[in-house]
Order: sequence, then C-alpha cells, then structure tokens
Amino acid sequence: MSPGHYLALSAILFTIGGLGVLVRRNAIVVFMCVELMLNACNLAFVSFSRMHGNLDGQIIAFFVMVVAAAEVVVGLAIIMTIFRTRRSSSVDDANLLKY
Amino acid sequence: MTAAHVLADRAGAAQVLAGQVADKQSGEPFFFWLLAIVSVAAALGMIFMRKAVHSALLLATVMLSLAALYAVQDAPFLAFVQVIVYTGAVLMLFLFVLMLVGVSSTDSLVETLRGQRFWAAVCGIGFVVLLGVGFANAALGDSAGVKNANAEHGGNIRGLAYLLFGKYVFAFEATSALLITAALGAMVLAHRERTTPKPTQRDLSVERFRRAAQTGAHPGPLPGPGTYARHNAVDMPALLPDGTPSELSVNPIIAARTDTAHRHTDLDGQTEQQALDRDVRAVRTVTETADSERGRPRETEEDEK
Repeated sequence: MSPGHYLALSAILFTIGGLGVLVRRNAIVVFMCVELMLNACNLAFVSFSRMHGNLDGQIIAFFVMVVAAAEVVVGLAIIMTIFRTRRSSSVDDANLLKY
Repeated sequence: MTAAHVLADRAGAAQVLAGQVADKQSGEPFFFWLLAIVSVAAALGMIFMRKAVHSALLLATVMLSLAALYAVQDAPFLAFVQVIVYTGAVLMLFLFVLMLVGVSSTDSLVETLRGQRFWAAVCGIGFVVLLGVGFANAALGDSAGVKNANAEHGGNIRGLAYLLFGKYVFAFEATSALLITAALGAMVLAHRERTTPKPTQRDLSVERFRRAAQTGAHPGPLPGPGTYARHNAVDMPALLPDGTPSELSVNPIIAARTDTAHRHTDLDGQTEQQALDRDVRAVRTVTETADSERGRPRETEEDEK
C-alpha cells in the first residue's frame, strides 16, 4: 500500500472530526471529535515515518498521545466544573464571556 | 573483495527482496480497506449519533481500527500504546465523565445558528478536497518501510527508546512537566470547597429522629436488598416478614426506573406470581421455624419451674 492511501484515510478522519466539532453541541462529544482529529494526525505521522524509513514520525505520534492524554484530563475537569455550576454540558449554554 | 563479502552482500539483497515479497503477501491491502471502511463508518456514526454514549463506543471502534492500522504499518509499540492509553484510559475517562454528567443527556436537534449544518458540510467537503489535492500533487513515492530502522537497534521498541532518550530527550523531559501540570490542573479544577461543614454521624442521627418525630418516618436503618439464600443482587427487593416485597430495600433510582417486584420471577419459566408466592413461602417457613425453635426452650424452662 502506498502512503497516499493512508494519508487519504487520515485526511477523511480529520475532516469528520472537524465536522463533529462544528456541528455537535454536547461539550463531551465535541471533545471526542477533537480526539478523533488527533488520532487522524497520528495515523499520518506513522505513515510518514514508514514512508521515510525512520522512526522519528512514530516518536512524534507518541508525544501527540501524551499531550492528548494531558489535554483530556484538564478538558474533562473543565467540563465537570462547568456542568457543576450550570447543570448543562451544552456548549451553547456557556456564553457568559460573550457579553 | 573476498568471496565471503560477496556471499554476505547477496544474502543481504535476498533478505530485502524476501521482505518486499512478504509485504505484498501479508494481505496488507485487505486489512487496510477493511479497517478504513470500519473506521470511517464508525467516525461518521460518531458525529451522527444523538446519544453521547453511542458516540463514545463508536470512537472506541475508530481507535481500535487505528491501532490495527499502526500494527500493519510496522509500529507495534504505538499500536499497543494506542490500545492502552487511548482505548483503555482516555475513553474510559470519557465514559466516566459521561456517567457523572448524565447518560440521558442527548443533543437537541434544533439549530441555534441558521444554516450551521449546511455550511459545516460545505467547509468539510472543501477541506477534504483541499487536503486531497495537496496529497495528490505531492511527490509521495513508495514507502521505504521501517523494517531496516526497526532492525538497526534490534526491534521497534529499542529503536524508539534510542530516539526518545537520545535525540528527543529534552522533549521527553518537557513532557514530564506537562503531565505534572495536567495532574495539578485536574485536581484544582475538580476540587470543590465545602460551604457547609460535613455532617457527622451524630448530626445525621439527630436529623433522622427529628424527621421521625415530625413525619412518623421509621428512624432505623432501611432493610437491605436481597432474599434469603436465593438472590443477593442489589436490585432485588427484600421480602418483609409478612412476605411483601419492600421497595425501601433497593436504591430509589432502581425502584423508580422499573417495577422491582417482578424481579422475583425465577428463571425456571414460572409466572411472576408463582415465583413470588414461592419466595414468600420460603421466607415464612424460615421465620416460623425460627420462632418455634426460639419458643421451645422457653417452654422447657417453664416446665422445670
């Protein structure tokens, strides 16, 4: 399989994740879509690593995973805090900074 | 060049050729198309499902297919890290928060911005076309394969370790600071200051008896769930000594959600009433024999007197 196939799959998954971020309202689902985008990037990194024949891409994918794990912890804590004060996890309800 | 060198070179070339043939024969196209279809379908399902739990499970499907794709691409370490960190830890954290926030929360289908979905779809198609054109124009060539890079230090994990603790050691150290910060941030954000002092056991007891005096509620502990020697599940209401199932013995949420009395139906294929009657009879015989056994020694004592 040429790297083009994997990159196309990665692009499609990234776009689906981006669409989810644009369309969905539930903050947790939006967050899951962000994770999907990170995963799609990881697939591209692994494909590039294989295309160039060295392991640097895999290392970068590993770092992306670590950062994603840290991001999920903080993001979910923020969602929990917002839910505790507003009793809702919809991104439409958190609009206090707008005014 | 000696004969031994020539032989070694030929052996090396043969090995490379054998590796290429094995790549072609390993069924990679089959796995790629299978996993690509599964992951794209699951990702689409994820953004179209209304319930957040379904989205989370479909995301797990996508992540597992991506792990398999990493394994197909000679990245076994990343494949396992993907399964352990993403599917194991991150998604379970998502499900945890979903359960805390409320599983029943579904998205409303009302668009708050007019035409948002339409323009989002247009943007998505435009973006994927942009990426596709970019990839099509790039001179990607054929992949070199990481077999040699893996073999250089004796395996994928050893090769990654050499890079991680050599070339990328500062990024690795920065990662540790990031993880500590994230853990601290989560603790600070999730921590809640108490505005009222925590009620002690004494306060709770006083409150229970006050409520008993006001409303006549039973001040003692509630009956535990389960039935004598037959069921000890938490959703199984206890049978009171007169044989009626007690709704107080199960969690109020479970009691509100379903009719818990019907849980006394047995798996023997009987009707609910028969099963309940048999349970009631069992409880009665146990309580009556206990009564008569307790009664007998008292009679003998009276006889001695």
